[in-house]
Amino acid sequence: MPEALFSELLAATTGLLLLSATLQVWRRSLTASIRLLAVQGVALAGLVAAIGLHDHELELLPVALLVLVLKAATMPWVLSRVSRATGATREETPRMNPTSALMVVALLTTLAYVVSQPVVAVNPGPASRAVPIGVALALIGFLVLLTRRRALSQLIGFVVLDNGIAAVAFLTAGGVPLVVELGASLDVLLIVLILRVLTSRMQLAFGDTDLDDLTELRD
Amino acid sequence: MAALIWISLALPMLVAAAALWRPRAEWTRYSQTGTAVIELVCGVGLVLAVRSGGPVVTAGGLLRVDALSAYLLTVVGAVAVTATWGGLRPRSAGRPPNGRYSALICLFLAAMCLALLADNLGILWVAIEGTTIATAFLVGSRGGRRALEAAWKYVVLGSVGVAIAFLGLVLLYAATEAAGHPTLSWLALSDGSITLDPGLARTALALAVLGFATKAGLAPMHSWLPDAHSQAPAPVSGLMSGVLLSVAFYAILRMRTISDALLGPGLMRGLLLAGGLLSLAVAAALILRQRDYKRMLAYSSIEHMGLLALGAAAGGPLALAAVLLHILGHGLTKASMFVVAGRVLSVEGSSKIADVHSLLARRPRLGVPFLAGMVALLGLPPFGLFFTELGIIVGGWQRGLGWPMGVALVLLLVVFAGLAQHTASMTLGEELEAPAGPAPAKSVQGSNVPIALALAITAVLGFAAWPLAHLLADAVAVLGGAR
Repeated sequence: MPEALFSELLAATTGLLLLSATLQVWRRSLTASIRLLAVQGVALAGLVAAIGLHDHELELLPVALLVLVLKAATMPWVLSRVSRATGATREETPRMNPTSALMVVALLTTLAYVVSQPVVAVNPGPASRAVPIGVALALIGFLVLLTRRRALSQLIGFVVLDNGIAAVAFLTAGGVPLVVELGASLDVLLIVLILRVLTSRMQLAFGDTDLDDLTELRD
Repeated sequence: MAALIWISLALPMLVAAAALWRPRAEWTRYSQTGTAVIELVCGVGLVLAVRSGGPVVTAGGLLRVDALSAYLLTVVGAVAVTATWGGLRPRSAGRPPNGRYSALICLFLAAMCLALLADNLGILWVAIEGTTIATAFLVGSRGGRRALEAAWKYVVLGSVGVAIAFLGLVLLYAATEAAGHPTLSWLALSDGSITLDPGLARTALALAVLGFATKAGLAPMHSWLPDAHSQAPAPVSGLMSGVLLSVAFYAILRMRTISDALLGPGLMRGLLLAGGLLSLAVAAALILRQRDYKRMLAYSSIEHMGLLALGAAAGGPLALAAVLLHILGHGLTKASMFVVAGRVLSVEGSSKIADVHSLLARRPRLGVPFLAGMVALLGLPPFGLFFTELGIIVGGWQRGLGWPMGVALVLLLVVFAGLAQHTASMTLGEELEAPAGPAPAKSVQGSNVPIALALAITAVLGFAAWPLAHLLADAVAVLGGAR
């Protein structure tokens, strides 16, 4: 693959990652957020495939397929079922209004560029120059986890965080060893499934999935 | 001997599969204790194998057992036997646990086992995340809003924390890739043969330790712990407090060795000192005004993890040996205490400290083990925790950590006062009224034998650790204690 095409593919996929995460912070609709998660999955799979073709590491192609199936199809599907089962389609009252959340996203992205300096310095190249996007994605995932009240929103935040970490892994070293990649993907999928079951139980027990109801255990 | 590694991993999974497939009463009742015994036997076998022939390696180097892993596998086995045998309720006490519960406990044990046996840090990570997966439904298995709340917080905080550790491992892998030797093998990283970029390695190791510290219950990432440990069923609480925290701490110990080899002792010492002292402070503040005895035990676990962190910060042969012995003593004692606390809860019907009084006079079968266990947990002689705490403090002093150890001593005194006061109010005192109900028959309560055994081992640990001396010395050498 020519360098110029590789750079453009990297820019396109990482740009799509950052754009979709930013839109997730902006939009209150959970349905839209889940669709954006699928877009993120496609972008991540494209990123993996591009790196695999560029570095002539053909074992990355099945990994790209795995990412596509898991993050672009399975997880959004699981989350949309949660959304339908609990009737939660909107984040009514996030702890932070969209405008200030977008400001925070801008700050976090800048922060990501600052803290990623050691990574970029060690291994210069077009891929590692995109590492800050992965870090920014992870930080945005944190932001969603902290500022949303619905159980489903926290689930989405967790998946965004995980997408960010996966992006960093692929951009820095072409991914972790395959056996670790498989184990980690399986773990994350199981965690999402567990949280899905807990969300349904919460709907049954509380009649709602507002996490502000979780106040019985404190000192 | 590599067969023992595979047995310790595969047998629990087979037992779990059998419990799910054919949940027969006898099978689900005894499968957990059986699995615990398997882990204990494999642990002892691996200790002997490592002692006679050095580290056992299999699966192309992905799994590797050295003195440290073998010792901790034995500890996991012993604590698991205490917790599951103590949690074993006799046939007359109603329905046995269902198949799913038993299967999850077996998988939980297998995941801890994998974490201890992995040489590849990625597999270690997968196994630790696996413990969260196996325990998620165990924490929430009592049902109700409180158990659900505890399970939600546990899974979200636990998996987010461990995700941070994964980011650290990813960066560590990137650093080795940049150095020309892409690897996540602990052995390769800790023997000092690879030179990594110090800036990147520092960030990577700090993130990894921060993530695993969440799972180890070190402050300030501890907030899930009191909820999860107080809401889970007694044997699960015993396992989580007694060994799961220590398994996560084991990951920190491995990271510490890598960090010391690559960057010198400064980074880990700073992080562990901060985490340790903060944990002690949090435990001291919240134990003093605690109203729930299961939460009190959970905060006591945070206190002991803080002590372990201080010992690891100090380093050196004395403190590290004390840390390893402390893991055993604390595990056995805490597992026993959670089992006894579970029985007190089922008899008294309340987990409030104020609702329980004069246990010694009213219910000696509960009061005596409760008091003995609390005395052990308080770190009074003759129990082993007295000697290991002393070892950690003196070891730290020798290594130039006089001030932090002084602060730790003061905080330990506060914790001591709080725990002693709560224990006295629960166990001592005259019998003010007739027992609320008929004294529960022995057959409903389960056996006191595992608790007596565990406490007896803790009691002689300080005087008779000599069978362990060589093993501990080898394990400390693995951690680079000689440096």
